[in-house]
Amino acid sequence: MSDVLTRRQLLQRAAAGGTVLTLPGLLAACGGSTKKSGSGTTSSHTLAKTLRFSNWTLYIDTNNKTHSHPSLQQFQKKYGVNVQYTEDINDNAGYFGKIQGPLSRGQSIDRDIVVLTDNDRYLSLMIKKGWVEKLDKSAIPNMKNLISVQQHPGFDPNREYSLPWQSGMTGIAYNDKLTDPVLSVDDLLTNPKLKGKVTCLNSMGDALTMVMLANGDDPAKVTDASFNSAIKRIEQAVNSKQIRQFTGNDYAPPLAKGDLAAAMSWSGDIAQIGNAHIHWNVPKDGGAIWTDNMIIPKGGDAYTASVFMNYVYDPKVAAMIEGGNPKTGDTGVYYICPVSGAKQELVSTNPAIAKNTLIFPTQKMIDSVHIFDNNALNNQKYLTAWQNLISG
Amino acid sequence: MGYLHRHRQLTPYLLLAPGVLWLAVFFLVPLGFLAYQSLQSGNFDIGYAFSWAWGNYWNAFRDYRGHFIRSLEYAGIATLLALLLSYPVAYWIAFRGGRWKNLLLLLIVAPFFVTYLIRTLAWETILSDHGVVVQTLQHLHVLGPGGRLLATSTAVVTGITYNFLPFMALPLYVSLEQIDHRLIEAAQDLYASRWKAFLRVTLPLSLPGLVAGTLLTFIPAAGDFINAQLLGAPNNHMIGNVIQSKFLELTDYPSAAAMSFILMAAILVAVIAYARAVGTEQLTGTAV
Repeated sequence: MSDVLTRRQLLQRAAAGGTVLTLPGLLAACGGSTKKSGSGTTSSHTLAKTLRFSNWTLYIDTNNKTHSHPSLQQFQKKYGVNVQYTEDINDNAGYFGKIQGPLSRGQSIDRDIVVLTDNDRYLSLMIKKGWVEKLDKSAIPNMKNLISVQQHPGFDPNREYSLPWQSGMTGIAYNDKLTDPVLSVDDLLTNPKLKGKVTCLNSMGDALTMVMLANGDDPAKVTDASFNSAIKRIEQAVNSKQIRQFTGNDYAPPLAKGDLAAAMSWSGDIAQIGNAHIHWNVPKDGGAIWTDNMIIPKGGDAYTASVFMNYVYDPKVAAMIEGGNPKTGDTGVYYICPVSGAKQELVSTNPAIAKNTLIFPTQKMIDSVHIFDNNALNNQKYLTAWQNLISG
Repeated sequence: MGYLHRHRQLTPYLLLAPGVLWLAVFFLVPLGFLAYQSLQSGNFDIGYAFSWAWGNYWNAFRDYRGHFIRSLEYAGIATLLALLLSYPVAYWIAFRGGRWKNLLLLLIVAPFFVTYLIRTLAWETILSDHGVVVQTLQHLHVLGPGGRLLATSTAVVTGITYNFLPFMALPLYVSLEQIDHRLIEAAQDLYASRWKAFLRVTLPLSLPGLVAGTLLTFIPAAGDFINAQLLGAPNNHMIGNVIQSKFLELTDYPSAAAMSFILMAAILVAVIAYARAVGTEQLTGTAV
């Protein structure tokens, strides 16, 4: 085959490939169906045949053998709605980049539920731009099970458009084979023994919450002064080569392998790794908490999506998603469940999970984690300064 | 049939049509749109509007000059390394490969059956702080006791070199394979040493492949961002990383579009300078 591959063919192929490489945003913008949104599906009270649900990877109960999702199968059986479950969200920015083209032109993205995080700007942007359908609250009586701290977030004060899927805490993880316990941001950013062996998260909300707390500033109310001093502090750690890289959740493998001694990290990742040498803690000055929220993108079937949300807010179902079931070989999500009553369910079925403080944190942990200022997340000046910092 | 027969002169255009149409739809139209976007001003919240905002270009150049230079530098070094690694391999396969030729070529292409991302992630493992490579280098005192390769410019350039190697090796092979051996024999008959015969006959005849290979490696390498993202530290980030973050993280489409054009222009200038130096006929290919 290679014998007949001429140089000219190679050039042509490379030219075609080059187009794809340089224009990802545009190609993404060209995708999407032409189905118009706003067809008034909100008022209809009939269930659709299929529920199209986009979620992050490894973010629902999964049977280890069949790779099926028991909670979704049970929903299918109970309501006769087929769930088309796609794990196509890896980061907020990337996913938003994919869907904003069609949504801005009033086209449907062929999804009924998508999950976006509140400590990135895109969730509030979706709501502000009017690119989401209202929840059909009459179909979600189980909304009463939403834990109280989640009921009135700044981006959606009355929960008209969004419901939490899972929350997580941001703190510090360390590998005890390589370092003494790393319990503060100060230690992480300046301890010479950790030089070149630590990573910082590339999400501005997560990283700045922790650094601002260490500076004695309030991350819920960002000012130019507190922003600048936090940036300066991280910049110093980059220049002194203390910080090796800025990462998403790709810090996990090198942390387990030992390339990293410590990392700013998310609680659920560490619960999922389940490595006895890797410990996670809320740093002494406090950590961050964030929540992934289900929303219904414009053009989605609000009624069917709301019925599904009601289903997952049943404590029994929430327990199933959260903790899985060791008897049938189902793995859970291991993040923080927003449904009250789920813990009580798990105490009898899966006590190890119910006792795990990474999944059901203690009151003391909850009290020491903070939510980042939503206005700062949408401040273009801050965002640009942050991106310039993390891309050298 | 009858129509085509009567209008024979149409045949070349008909043959060209699919390719031209493809390029028009998927290259020229997006490119035009990108140019239009690069001159817009505004922000994502209120929307962008076209306003001949040439300032986008100037700002991009002023703020990210370092990234542009670094990208060309990394791509240049990687291209040179790929050339030094590929030439002997392509030479050997072309002249000594015999019946194993196809198998050997397949081996060069084999890594391409794995996706780009996975191939790059594999280098994370290969260059790991506790891996064989780093430990060996520490043993040989090339690296200090606390030294590492990951999150350094070395790792980024290594990754790029590896990922684009076949783009260099295959065109080189095609050129070398087509060389008439009798020409080399003739040179040696005329008292050229083996080295001189190589320099005066083989190398010039392989130039079309060499030029094609260097371009195919250099051009995509200059715009790459995956290697810098996964194998580099923040101060090894290339212009591709900045464009990616402008597009996706900051939704600042005009700046990102302007940077893409600056990168294209920079590459074009580099390629023209290169073509001038080696002679344009090598670009259009005078391979036998």
